Amino acid sequence: MGERSLSKSPILEIRNLHAKAGEKEILKGINLTVFPGEVHAIMGPNGSGKSTLAQVLAGRDLYSVTKGEVLYEGQNLLGLQPEERAQQGIFLAFQYPVEIPGVSNLYFLKAALNAIRKRKGEPELDAMDFLSLVRQKMALMEMDETLLNRAVNAGFSGGEKKRNEIFQMAVLEPRLALMDETDSGLDIDALKIVSHGVNALRSPDRAIVVITHYQRLLNYIVPDYVHVLAEGRIVKSGDKSLALELEESGYVGIEELAETAQ
Amino acid sequence: MIATMVSDFAGIRKRAADLFEARGFPTTRDEEWRFTSVVPIAKAQFPAAAPKVSGHSLRAALERDPQLIEEHLGRYASCEDNPFVALNTANFEDGVFLHVPANTVIEEPLWIDFTAVPDRTTHPRNLIVVDAGSQVRIVERYTGRGPYFTNAVTEIVVGENAIVEHVKLEEESADAFHVATIQVQQSRNSVFKSHNISLGGLLVRNDVNAVLSTGSEGTLNGLYLANGRQHIDNHTALDHAAPHAASHELYKGILNGASSVVFNGKIFVRKDAQKTDAKQTNKNLVLSENATINTKPELQILADDVRCTHGATIGQLDEEALFYLRARAIGKAEARDLLIYAFARDVIDRITIPATREYLEKALFESLSRSREIAEAVS
Repeated sequence: MGERSLSKSPILEIRNLHAKAGEKEILKGINLTVFPGEVHAIMGPNGSGKSTLAQVLAGRDLYSVTKGEVLYEGQNLLGLQPEERAQQGIFLAFQYPVEIPGVSNLYFLKAALNAIRKRKGEPELDAMDFLSLVRQKMALMEMDETLLNRAVNAGFSGGEKKRNEIFQMAVLEPRLALMDETDSGLDIDALKIVSHGVNALRSPDRAIVVITHYQRLLNYIVPDYVHVLAEGRIVKSGDKSLALELEESGYVGIEELAETAQ
Repeated sequence: MIATMVSDFAGIRKRAADLFEARGFPTTRDEEWRFTSVVPIAKAQFPAAAPKVSGHSLRAALERDPQLIEEHLGRYASCEDNPFVALNTANFEDGVFLHVPANTVIEEPLWIDFTAVPDRTTHPRNLIVVDAGSQVRIVERYTGRGPYFTNAVTEIVVGENAIVEHVKLEEESADAFHVATIQVQQSRNSVFKSHNISLGGLLVRNDVNAVLSTGSEGTLNGLYLANGRQHIDNHTALDHAAPHAASHELYKGILNGASSVVFNGKIFVRKDAQKTDAKQTNKNLVLSENATINTKPELQILADDVRCTHGATIGQLDEEALFYLRARAIGKAEARDLLIYAFARDVIDRITIPATREYLEKALFESLSRSREIAEAVS
């Protein structure tokens, strides 16, 4: 477990977060604090609320927050639009990256990067600088450059889409990266490439929250903390050994834990 | 001989005038005009004016080489089927005539501008004859200011093994009435591509009809942007009159405000037209609750060994895509514009003339930002 430096303030503080989709309550009191430099893994069975948590943090309006608060860099996050959150350094790697026919990857990424730079008061990157940055990150993700001129995710394989997410993350260099089941559907080679990309982004200044159903990913992206989510609450937290424990016993015992927590 | 031809043509004009006189303007009781009332056009009664033609004048050519023109003029666009064709045939004064002799490749696209006269009716009449083995690209653009009525007819004859690409840009004023027919006759193994773009006008009706011969390929693309109280009606007909012909049709529209839109796509496959391959798609993006769309495919298939598909969609902006863009720091308004733009680009990208594509991208962008300003001003 990494040493938490007291001199640092948290990037993310989630306090008693409740959220529902329509009438259905999905998050039932989440508490989580993430400091810079840390990698947290959130594990849990299907339907436990993992993806909802990621979407709520990114600002998806399908969910409404009914109770609790979220602070990002000490500021109230929940009042911000999705684009404002992204501009301020939050990145969500989607579980299901969206296909956008007619918008090229290159244009899309440039618009995204320049929106973030603009918020920081930095000048827009010119075409040459942008291209050299993009090429460097593509090499990191072992991606074919022809993908740049193709429409965003359109006709990409499942693995290409996930790799494209981490490639975008590498270009946008977020302060807080949320990865929503980036590993599901990946073969072992793609998993290694994606993990390599994520590990290259680990830095004392950045935090990464990895949401996953499977322990396998955590062999490659080794977390500082592991949390188990069940029925909308974090029912257990620990270090990386917790993930191995789960791998052996499955989520069966965890659901009982959630019952007793009720 | 020439005298006979001239009197022949005079006969066609006379019959067209009689036909219109007897039948008058169509009404919504006519199946072909069910969703488009032309009462405002009939009521306006703008007096006639000759169209301003800067080159390739049909009238001048008619004096110079009447034989070639009369061999084709008025032989394809049907006065019986469409009263506005009759009205044009009876009354037109000028238009553009283009003849491409056999085995000639015209590299530079021909750009034709029709600028309407305010408070007047004009009947531009165009004839494009492309002989065997030739290749040409043509852009027809319609603009104007204030209220007026443009009633255009363009006949295009595509010779054997010839390749023709035709772009129609309708950018009429916000108060204009615009009715146009494009009638295409394709010879064996010819290739014809139409891009029918409607951006302006208050009341717009397009009829794009192509008759295909053996081994020919016909493509009908369309894009319409309807805002405010605009009404845009596109009727298309692909007549597979012979075997082994292929047709591809893609019409896409963006509806905003209280606009209304009609798409009617007919595909005829005649008894002998075996191995026909026809595909029709109509996609609509509806951005306002007050906009209406009537879309209808009409397939009449008399041959048995054919492949014909059709599909129509009416949808809103993809919320998932919108969120994805916003989650990548792109603002809401920009993300919306980007998605709308991408939807329309699909049609524009099929035009092979780079300058026209660029022109349209700009026109599209301006039109989109204008509609956003209007929407913001209203809300």
